Amino acid sequence: MTAVIEVTDLRKTYRLGPLAVPVLNGVSLAVERGEMVSIMGPSGSGKSTLMNIIGCLDAPTSGSYLLEGEEVSRWGDARLAAARNRKIGFVFQTYNLLPRLSALANVELALQYGDRRNARARSLQALESVGLGHRYKHRPLELSGGEQQRVAIARALVKDPAIMLADEPTGALDTRSSAEIMAILQRLNRDQGLTVALVTHEADVARHTRRIVSLCDGLIVGDEPVAEPLRAETAEEAPA
Amino acid sequence: MTPLALIGTAWSSIGGNRLRTGLTLLGIIIGVAAVIALMSIGRGAQEDITNRIESLGSNLLYVRPLDGDLTLDDALALVDPVFAPSVVSVAPEVSVSGSVTYRSTDTFTQVAGVTPEFADVRNFEVASGEFISPAHVLNRKNVAVLGSQTAEDLFGERDPVGVDIAISGIRFTVIGVLESKGATAFGNEDNRVLVPLTTAFFRLSGQRTAAGDLTIDLINVQADGERIEEAQQEAATVLRLRHEITDTDDFRVDTQQSVIDALSETTGTLTVFLGAVAGISLVVGGIGIMNIMLVSVTERTREIGIRKALGAKRQDILAQFVTEAVLLSIGGGLLGVGAGVVASRILDGFTLAGSELMTVFSGDIAALALAVSAAIGLFFGIYPAARAAQLHPIEALRHE
Repeated sequence: MTAVIEVTDLRKTYRLGPLAVPVLNGVSLAVERGEMVSIMGPSGSGKSTLMNIIGCLDAPTSGSYLLEGEEVSRWGDARLAAARNRKIGFVFQTYNLLPRLSALANVELALQYGDRRNARARSLQALESVGLGHRYKHRPLELSGGEQQRVAIARALVKDPAIMLADEPTGALDTRSSAEIMAILQRLNRDQGLTVALVTHEADVARHTRRIVSLCDGLIVGDEPVAEPLRAETAEEAPA
Repeated sequence: MTPLALIGTAWSSIGGNRLRTGLTLLGIIIGVAAVIALMSIGRGAQEDITNRIESLGSNLLYVRPLDGDLTLDDALALVDPVFAPSVVSVAPEVSVSGSVTYRSTDTFTQVAGVTPEFADVRNFEVASGEFISPAHVLNRKNVAVLGSQTAEDLFGERDPVGVDIAISGIRFTVIGVLESKGATAFGNEDNRVLVPLTTAFFRLSGQRTAAGDLTIDLINVQADGERIEEAQQEAATVLRLRHEITDTDDFRVDTQQSVIDALSETTGTLTVFLGAVAGISLVVGGIGIMNIMLVSVTERTREIGIRKALGAKRQDILAQFVTEAVLLSIGGGLLGVGAGVVASRILDGFTLAGSELMTVFSGDIAALALAVSAAIGLFFGIYPAARAAQLHPIEALRHE
């Protein structure tokens, strides 16, 4: 079975004028299809940089990155954009929805730059799968934080990505909404076999996943399965 | 993205800030309207001049001396059924300038010595009195026919027929007043005095060639119907034979059309010049678009980051912002065409510095102005769009 993601000896150094700031110092990691993994670490550990590289938003300084078996670390802008469009579903801490557009239009936006077939129907379906089918006309500001994040999940989901990357997806949410989001991610992982990687610094969130990778100073310092993942329990799990 | 999706996206972001969009459009609207209004004025002037020249009669030729002299005999030789069958009649003309005096009023004007044929060939009618007759020419009579303007200058509302005036100190009797024609290619034809050709020769001008022939300044030639080019050829041939010319002509034969063409060229240049001046304001409007697009790119940095994270390529972002700029400029252009048409309607018949403006609007001016404004949107939209497209997705996403 090919890994969805396989990075080997990944290094990333930022240049600030004459200063070279190493952020990743040789990270090797494989994520298999259907896994739900969290990447943990204190701020400055390099977890966001790793996420950006995995998400094809940034290129590593050296090392190899195989995305579904394809070496992408030397790709240019256009191919990276296409990879982001087809294979990566992003969920951000701050939702990053366009305030001018309705929930449905925000989801459809993900399809505008790629496969546009049945865009509307697929987008509605994605919204329904996060329990927002009835609120598709609303704009982001008319939705709660948790609902906005669910729109963002639908937007990531709609293109049927190889992996969903969630960067602190519950960071801006209250406990109840956080539980809702985690429940949705768990359900998608369990029922649809969606591969999920999430970056967090909250151990409590990480325990909802099945594997925890710990990062410190640009190196992996721990990689352990979670024996008994927590089950997020919310009303959302029994959709009307 | 499909072109339709691009336009939809551009439309919604343009509509997001109505006041700003309106002010940006205003720059283009004013520019396009100015181009259209000024070019319509230029076209109007062109058409006005053409109309006036054509009112002189379309089958006219003008023979003028270049290096040599034209004599009265040259003029008479052009009426020749054998060598110049297409020439119907000729009206030789000599011009002097002179002061014309009636009592204490005087005016300085052009005095032309003409023959009776002049009235026919040049389409002049007398409003009162009579025109110069063959007898007047034969007898070198001191009679004068006044242009309407000259008559008014000297006599006001009174009928001058039968009254004596002095031209360059010589007494003449006014026998008629011409109908008004307005300004033409030959200057203001209403402000002139006509006297018999022979009188002009012997009393006012008296220029002769070395051989003693009487020289004239202009021969008006009337061609037979539409046979203008034939008449032009024949007149030139007759004169070449008489002047024994082997290489370069010492005269020129202009058709009415060539006079119109020459003047059209001048007014055409004027039209283009007016358009170019107005075009400057269009460029200023374009800079306004660029300015607002740069602001928009900065404001929407995060949106650009989001779009890039969702898989937008550089050219997708580029296309999005260029579409917005072009949509702004075409929208402003269309509104500007409307404003320009209204402006040229209002200006039509408007009196400016004593002369009446005439405007002619035509579709090609509108198409040109619209095309230029679209090109300006494209030109000034590319730089902000390229800046947007070059943004790094991570930095764009972090932008607050």
